[in-house]
Amino acid sequence: MATVDLSQFHQTFFEESLENLAVMEDALLALENGNQAPELVHTIFRAAHSIKGGAATFGFADVAAFTHVLESLLDELREGRRAADGATIESLLQAVDCLTGMLARSRDGGTVADALSESLRERFTRMLGKPVEAPAAKAPPPLASAGWRIRFRPLPHMLRTGNDPLRMFRELANHGALVVKEVHVLEQPRPAFADLDPTAATLGWDLELHGDIPRSQVDAVFEWVDGDCELDIQVLHDRRAQRPAPDAAAAAGAAPTPEPGVHADAGSIRVSIAKVDALINMVGELVITQSMLGDIGEHFSLDRLARLREGLAQLDRTTRELQDSVMRIRMLPIAAVFRRFPRMVRDLEHRLGKRVKLELHGESTEVDKTVLERIGDPLVHLIRNAVDHGFEKPEARVAAGKPEAGTLRLEARHEGGNVVVEVSDDGGGLRRAPILAKAEQRGLVRPGQEVDDDELAELIFQPGFSTHAEATDVSGRGVGMDVVRRNVRDLGGSVSVRSREGAGSTFTIVLPLTLAIIEGLVTEVGGERYIVPLVSIVESLQLRTDGVRHVGGGGELFRFRDDWLPLVRLHDVFGCTGAVTDVEQGMVMVVEAGGRRVGLLVDALMGQQQAVIKSLEAHYQRVEGISGATIASDGGVALIVDVGGIVSLAGRRRAA
Amino acid sequence: MPKILAVDDSVSMRNMVSFTLRGAGHEVREAADGEAALAVARAERFDLVLADINMPGMDGITLTRELRALPSFAGVPILILTTESDRDKKMEGKAAGATGWLVKPFDPDQLLATVARVAG
Repeated sequence: MATVDLSQFHQTFFEESLENLAVMEDALLALENGNQAPELVHTIFRAAHSIKGGAATFGFADVAAFTHVLESLLDELREGRRAADGATIESLLQAVDCLTGMLARSRDGGTVADALSESLRERFTRMLGKPVEAPAAKAPPPLASAGWRIRFRPLPHMLRTGNDPLRMFRELANHGALVVKEVHVLEQPRPAFADLDPTAATLGWDLELHGDIPRSQVDAVFEWVDGDCELDIQVLHDRRAQRPAPDAAAAAGAAPTPEPGVHADAGSIRVSIAKVDALINMVGELVITQSMLGDIGEHFSLDRLARLREGLAQLDRTTRELQDSVMRIRMLPIAAVFRRFPRMVRDLEHRLGKRVKLELHGESTEVDKTVLERIGDPLVHLIRNAVDHGFEKPEARVAAGKPEAGTLRLEARHEGGNVVVEVSDDGGGLRRAPILAKAEQRGLVRPGQEVDDDELAELIFQPGFSTHAEATDVSGRGVGMDVVRRNVRDLGGSVSVRSREGAGSTFTIVLPLTLAIIEGLVTEVGGERYIVPLVSIVESLQLRTDGVRHVGGGGELFRFRDDWLPLVRLHDVFGCTGAVTDVEQGMVMVVEAGGRRVGLLVDALMGQQQAVIKSLEAHYQRVEGISGATIASDGGVALIVDVGGIVSLAGRRRAA
Repeated sequence: MPKILAVDDSVSMRNMVSFTLRGAGHEVREAADGEAALAVARAERFDLVLADINMPGMDGITLTRELRALPSFAGVPILILTTESDRDKKMEGKAAGATGWLVKPFDPDQLLATVARVAG
């Protein structure tokens, strides 16, 4: 019989099981918050049941055994035999965490059950108060015989259940020699032909099945019609012998064990049908355009020039749309990241004795898959900080005239070509006095120096900056906002904070929509091309020599609006020869990263271009100030300037 | 070759079932829940329905009852997918008009053997 390799379904199983766990967690949290909807418990049960079914089918025995006990407990909950009290919900939440770990270990091919899963399983078994029979319990070994006499009388409705006597006989004949001894017409008197109901069973049979066939196999054939027929099965000859049962394990349906260690995460992505359809649509248009252009090329004459232009314009349009559609495949709702926060905030509340109401907005906002994978850590950090440092204790909040529970608001939205994620709290805000004291102690500001709110906010992004009197096991000490900023910068984004003491803080993360393609301005430096991402360009201008001031250490500053900005000569940074060195001959681009601005001196601006980013590290090595390379329209290579890197490079030079 | 409607809310299970059946030459339509299955069943004829019991929205038992109420599904085999020896569910399924059941976990060979009993 056909053997199907079950491992091809594993990835899907893992993905949907993790989704099911997320569903369970959401529902458990809702239960804990006093939501009484009975559908919640059903949802939790269904999710656990689904994981169990898949785990058993695909051969993850430990996961199946764990979920089996879990399911029994949920069944009691579902049927109202057990109350969803705090302790039960806490245990179930632990089970969710435990299963997440077990699934990860199943995927990586390691030992799946661990001390935690075993102790939880024991606890659940104890809670159930009775032994839970193991799944797929095997039937007792069947008795063998020389054959069977079967008296089979279908009830009239049997055919309507879809059970066909002929198929059942064929099944019996697969096991041994089947002899039909007698056929009975059950309905007496016989109905006239015209009165026959073709969907009603009217015949009965006396059968003999010869051969050494276990009773269980005969029973199995009639299993589905139990109650739909009269059935009497007798041993044919009185020659009972205890024989070893045929492969009982195979009969009980033991799932095959997976080969360990071969199924690494293939990094798959689930795409909605609508997106795939849009893609197919685009490709269809591309094919039409291609055949039209091919036709023009084959019989080209000058009078068809207009049509050629039209065709090329269409090609341009379709290619762009196709590019958009392909990019959209990588875009996933940010809900996948937001989803973990209700649980996290709940746990933090319990541990820190705070009261927090979490609000999520814009969960359907789509972001690039890479952004999705890497924005989690910075957000976790911001949320931990907000609950740990931001919010006051309930008593202090009431004393300050605020509601007892703080509001933590998490919002995602699209803004231009960017994704904006905001974390705002109505807690105590940044406290000026301790931050300033700390900054003075670290020599970041001079005693008595005027510091406005923005500058104050910038201070907390300094490495190792923490004012918390003692380290907590939640937020730790020291490492913090500088790591958040670095993580976000690595994604090509920026993070800033607005805060008012006593009223709360808002952290704003701005991220590019996609990391694979950027809009850039092509510049020339010493005959080489460099691309500067458009999002970081503030303005381009030409300077006069007398507008540049030299400062100590060889630095140069130029006047931009009301500010003096450092001038960075790109040819210096990258060691280009033959570049324009006279500022009056070149162009200066004012760029901004992380709230700081510098001017980049280049030879000339060449124009705007979309650049598909190729990793420089993958092909060569990491170069400071360069974030990647791209292939220009003429086939040459252009390097992409890492504005964030250049800006901090300029900062370090100035400090040096 | 028989045309089979496979109904399961779990993508991995549905994939496994349809991959196996298609590999054996069956024509397979998939549905993610009872409502979707019913909509497909109203528009097309099938030789066999395989339905999971636990599904959000319309469950497998209700689906079976609804299908049996359709004239085009009189006598068409409907198998429900159930776990272990949950006798109550099997009987509930039978009462709703199911032909029989397939006990989870099952492997592809067991699936094909069971399908061969009622279709093909």
